[in-house]
Amino acid sequence: GAPLLLNCGRRPPTADSATAADKTNPRGKHCLWLCFRVLSSCLEIFVLCPPLTSDSISTVLAAATITMTLTSTVCFPRQEIMKWNGWGYSDSKFLFNKKGQAEFTGKRYRLSGMVLPSLQDWFENTFGASVNHKSPPALNASAVPPASLNEAFVEDLKATGIPFSHEAEDRVFRAHGHCLHEIFALREGKKFERVPDMVVWPNCHNDVVKIVELACKHNVCLIPYGGGTSVTSALECPPEETRCIVSLDTSQMNRILWIDEKNLVAHVEAGIIGQDLERLLNESGYCTGHEPDSMEFSSLGGWVATRASGMKKNVYGNIEDLVIHIKVVTPRGVIEKSCQGPRMSTGPDIHHFILGSEGTLGVVTEVTMKIRPIPEYQKYGSVVFPNFEAGVACLREVAKQRCAPASIRLMDNEQFQFGHALKPQVSSIFTNFVEGLKKFYITKFKGFDPHQLVVATLLFEGDRERVLQHEKQVYDIAATFGGLAAGEDNGQRGYILTFVIAYLRDLGMDYYVVAESFETSVPWDRVLDLCRNVKERINRECKERGVQFQPLTSCRVTQTYDAGACVYFYFAFNYRGLADPVHTYERVEHAAREEILANGGSLSHHHGVGKLRKEWMKESISSLGVGMLQSVKDYVDPDNIFGNRNLL
Amino acid sequence: RELSSESNIYIYCFNILVFVTLQQRDPMLKRDGFEDILEERRNSSDLKYALRCYAPVLYKGVTPCKANMLKNIVLQSDQLHYVINQVSQESGEAPDIIQEEASVILEEMAHRLQISTVRFFAFALSKAFKTLFQHVCVNEEGIQRLQQAIQEHPVVLLPSHRSYMDFLLMSYILYTYDLALPVIAAGMDFMGMKFVGEMLRMSGAFFIRRSFGGDKLYWAVFSEYVKTMLRNGFAPIEFFLEGTRSRTCKSLTPKLGLLNIVIEPFFKGEVFDVNLVPVSISYERILEESLYARELLGVPKPKESTSGLLKARRILSEDYGSIHVYFGQPVSVRSLAQGKVNRSTYNLFPRHIPRKPMEETQSFVNDTAYRIVRLQEDNMVLKPWVLMASLLLQNLEGLELSVLTEQTVWLRGLALSYAAFLDWPDHAPTAKVVSSSLALHRGLACVSGGRVSLVVGEPLGPVTPEEALFNRAVSVLSCASYRNQVLHVFLRPAMLAVAMLHLSDEVYNCFSFLWDMFSNDFILCPGDIVQDFEEACYLLVKTGAVQMPQQDIVMTDIGQPTLSFFNGLLEPFLQGYQVVCRYLCEEASEGLTEKQYIPAVRSFYSVLCVFTGNLRCYEVLSSDMQKNALAALLRMDAVRKVKVADQVTLIVNKMAVNSIDDILGKNRMISHINQTQISPGLSLVAVAEDLYRDGLTPSYIR
Repeated sequence: GAPLLLNCGRRPPTADSATAADKTNPRGKHCLWLCFRVLSSCLEIFVLCPPLTSDSISTVLAAATITMTLTSTVCFPRQEIMKWNGWGYSDSKFLFNKKGQAEFTGKRYRLSGMVLPSLQDWFENTFGASVNHKSPPALNASAVPPASLNEAFVEDLKATGIPFSHEAEDRVFRAHGHCLHEIFALREGKKFERVPDMVVWPNCHNDVVKIVELACKHNVCLIPYGGGTSVTSALECPPEETRCIVSLDTSQMNRILWIDEKNLVAHVEAGIIGQDLERLLNESGYCTGHEPDSMEFSSLGGWVATRASGMKKNVYGNIEDLVIHIKVVTPRGVIEKSCQGPRMSTGPDIHHFILGSEGTLGVVTEVTMKIRPIPEYQKYGSVVFPNFEAGVACLREVAKQRCAPASIRLMDNEQFQFGHALKPQVSSIFTNFVEGLKKFYITKFKGFDPHQLVVATLLFEGDRERVLQHEKQVYDIAATFGGLAAGEDNGQRGYILTFVIAYLRDLGMDYYVVAESFETSVPWDRVLDLCRNVKERINRECKERGVQFQPLTSCRVTQTYDAGACVYFYFAFNYRGLADPVHTYERVEHAAREEILANGGSLSHHHGVGKLRKEWMKESISSLGVGMLQSVKDYVDPDNIFGNRNLL
Repeated sequence: RELSSESNIYIYCFNILVFVTLQQRDPMLKRDGFEDILEERRNSSDLKYALRCYAPVLYKGVTPCKANMLKNIVLQSDQLHYVINQVSQESGEAPDIIQEEASVILEEMAHRLQISTVRFFAFALSKAFKTLFQHVCVNEEGIQRLQQAIQEHPVVLLPSHRSYMDFLLMSYILYTYDLALPVIAAGMDFMGMKFVGEMLRMSGAFFIRRSFGGDKLYWAVFSEYVKTMLRNGFAPIEFFLEGTRSRTCKSLTPKLGLLNIVIEPFFKGEVFDVNLVPVSISYERILEESLYARELLGVPKPKESTSGLLKARRILSEDYGSIHVYFGQPVSVRSLAQGKVNRSTYNLFPRHIPRKPMEETQSFVNDTAYRIVRLQEDNMVLKPWVLMASLLLQNLEGLELSVLTEQTVWLRGLALSYAAFLDWPDHAPTAKVVSSSLALHRGLACVSGGRVSLVVGEPLGPVTPEEALFNRAVSVLSCASYRNQVLHVFLRPAMLAVAMLHLSDEVYNCFSFLWDMFSNDFILCPGDIVQDFEEACYLLVKTGAVQMPQQDIVMTDIGQPTLSFFNGLLEPFLQGYQVVCRYLCEEASEGLTEKQYIPAVRSFYSVLCVFTGNLRCYEVLSSDMQKNALAALLRMDAVRKVKVADQVTLIVNKMAVNSIDDILGKNRMISHINQTQISPGLSLVAVAEDLYRDGLTPSYIR
């Protein structure tokens, strides 16, 4: 059915149809029809689909991937398949059913359609929440400030034929990322102070050149928009911006332009979404191996603009290791290098002005990046340690011996228990029995304290023999730190968690629980101290700010480096009884970030700075450093056309 | 009088700010009540008490660490290894040998806490306390706060230090309340007492050398040992901020070494927070009372020995009144450091490499230390006798009992309105309170013919004028140790009073001169001068002693007695400093060494006394005051230290000293004593030797 349904993705409206839509608004009808088509197509595909058995991470995404084949890219008006006030796909969400049991709806993920019997208990015990206390989203869509258009710009843009829209729905959808305060505001139907005045969909590099030229000509503010998964307020429109703000949606620039198998590089348009890129490359037998947790929705351009990091960076590298060539359209023209040499000594690398520029300098339009043949064999694994200290010591040793698998992550006890709460209903008595035995062995026989033990999840990739050899090496190291192998299943479940955890926040918000995550990178010797102090600081701040229930603070070490690690924190609390939970949350996160910095952690490992963490930039990179960046900005974009005011 | 122009600014904000902040500072409202822990001991078996089940809660539920395990952690630490390698490279010795040295140091230092020894002490001390003291009172709310604090974060107990008794008493109380027993930093001198030293070690004391300036290895072992105990929360750490027992009963300016060590783990992120708990231990009568006075006068401190301790048994027959132990509010280092120290400056240097604390940190630690000592002072319990001693010292010729009683009542009112923590018996008539105080301190004051005067020890046989002077000084200094206990309550208004009565017209400037001058003698937090001035004004206005119309400070009629009392309170200090200045200007020879300074000042004063006969500032004979005066002059650049060969020589800037003397000396009688009155041919040293012929060792005269 795939080819048939390819057409059902809505084509971008032409300039004319956009104005027509203004007058008659036929979209409502159109939407319904579209939803129906998408839904029915999904059903069709799932009936035809063989059962999902493969071990690979792509299985987790398999269902999603199939849908994407149908529509070829992220659907043009994204809000039609994605939630407008929450994470991810509209059809996928956690809910407590009538029996009070949690289930995950939809069909896109391994957990989809499953009942999770222990989630309710965990949820109620951890947060002091109750499934009887609902805080459903207010259903009225937020009132949107009227668009203030720059008529001359609109006229010139029309002449180019590049599609655009100034419909409220399109504008609001691109006015935010996924910070807690943004999603909370959407749910509560609160008004955004400032949203883009229009959205424009360039189709290729040249379109972008035209748009940027026009923006300069008419002094219009441009904000590039890729996957919309920012968690640093990077997409928020500066309220003080008086010019017309145009959101430049790169989603239509989603083609792989060529693959060079001799040099193992691919030249790709920067608007492509992670999972599409991976899928399309897979069709040719390749992959990039770049798998940030947001890869279902985030875009290549976004990765470049934020210095993204992928789960499997140990094998493939982070985004800065992967890119060979970048093309950027700035108000001063196009920046690119003249060759694709794998390394150059030509002064400071201009790529590093672009990587992490967060949309302040221009639009990344095309990227040449490394590709690899799809690995022959993949294997998950997991190790339990008696406590977090032992786990960190083991990861440190693995990093020291430079034998880290493609991915190695250490979850603390809270996350381990959380993972357990997400175990689907076990169908056979036998599995139940085996589970019980395992638990008995670990806690009783080995003497692990269930409230102390932690688990490391592993993912090995490569040819079969090497994987098995590698696996043995890692397990041997783990054993010296008291680690016990705990099976492939537990490992895989850990990675599933990664993709569904964002959905869980929406469930929490339905029941007075707010949650957020943040990250840092820190030298090895400070990992333990930083984790302990940040958790303690969060607990203390919550208490001082009147949070009535014990917050959940949890962390995991998600990446290992020679000289340190990346640590990821989850933090959630029950906000019943608080007048302004978002404000409370923000103050606590602020304190947590201060604690991170005081304990030798970095301002960010891969989320970026955006506007959320701007205040610490001077402290982080010195005022001279900020001055250097500022002078680049002043040279490249003297009129602040790219005026999202991130970073500086 | 006109205030100086710079002080005008303060006055503007004065009314609004000061009253608010001082009301908050006012500890009267927040102080806890006391429970007498001896009461139960008098009613139930001591043996049972010593053998009862003892299971304290620990920091986050850690299991207590065996002394040996602790030593291993220390010896294997990165910190120590780094220093061992460093020392080995510098000295050329093999690291193994240095490691062995470290191990020996640790062996000499480490505590060996044993519950059986603790139980022995619990038994023995119960017996001793019941004989010596009427009550041992503890604020139980403070104990509860401490218990909470111990579970949350590493705790450092910081008691005041007035007696040898202090740390035994602390452990005794913690044992009584089933709290984790502290490990206590004790001076090496205890180790001289063979058996007792080991006993103390087994009750939780660890021993540090008094000086180990350049010894890197020693410092590394020591600081790592303390930090390991702190980081792992094995036990609360206890040490004395004042560094040594205060012989004068004034709080001593804090020593920072150990405080630096226990705060550092917080700055380095190794612990989330450190709780500092100030503990105020107030004795109604100090066991070492007259011993201290003699020590201050230069009779050397008896070496700690077991036989000495046994000889001290006779004290068992005396009544020492009661003890009050007040556990203050735990002070969170994290909250204190908020906004003052940027912890991320520690991010760029490996944490295991020892480093001198940064300036920012040093001043924070210094500030913290002063604040803690002030908190100790705030919660010191004062007895009526303290007030009486203050009055008696201003009337050395004696006072009518009725006058003393009347003035004591007046002073009580003043002290209470200045938030003194006064333990005045309820419902007892004043006369009774006065007479029972006199009874308890009959060794210091006596009533004869309705007159109260200080008791002066009378040696057998004929008394030379020098001996008379010495005996007189002993009794004045003993008495002063009680007056000193109340000084922290009155200090700030008293300095203001002196500034108003004696010194030039710029009141704030005079106040700040005195503040600076006396900052070795009293606990004046660095940088708090404006705040202290405001507090002084506030307190004097509050009691109606002065008025502050517009920008003036004016004494009121009813303020006369208050101000003159305050003036009298500080008079001995002013005079003492003046004598020192005089000595330095008129008598000090070129090449005066630091060692000669104290005996020389003593001789100078004695000579003055012998020749003039009417001097009253006995306190200048106290080595404490002499040292503090010298430190002040050094700080004010009036005197410099120069190291020549092995000797430290004092170079006196006579101009500067003279002008300080001038400021101090206006209107003071000592100013008209003239050099000419002392016959020029007389060698001071000869006079001094003559003076100190008996009873004093000659060693310090040279």
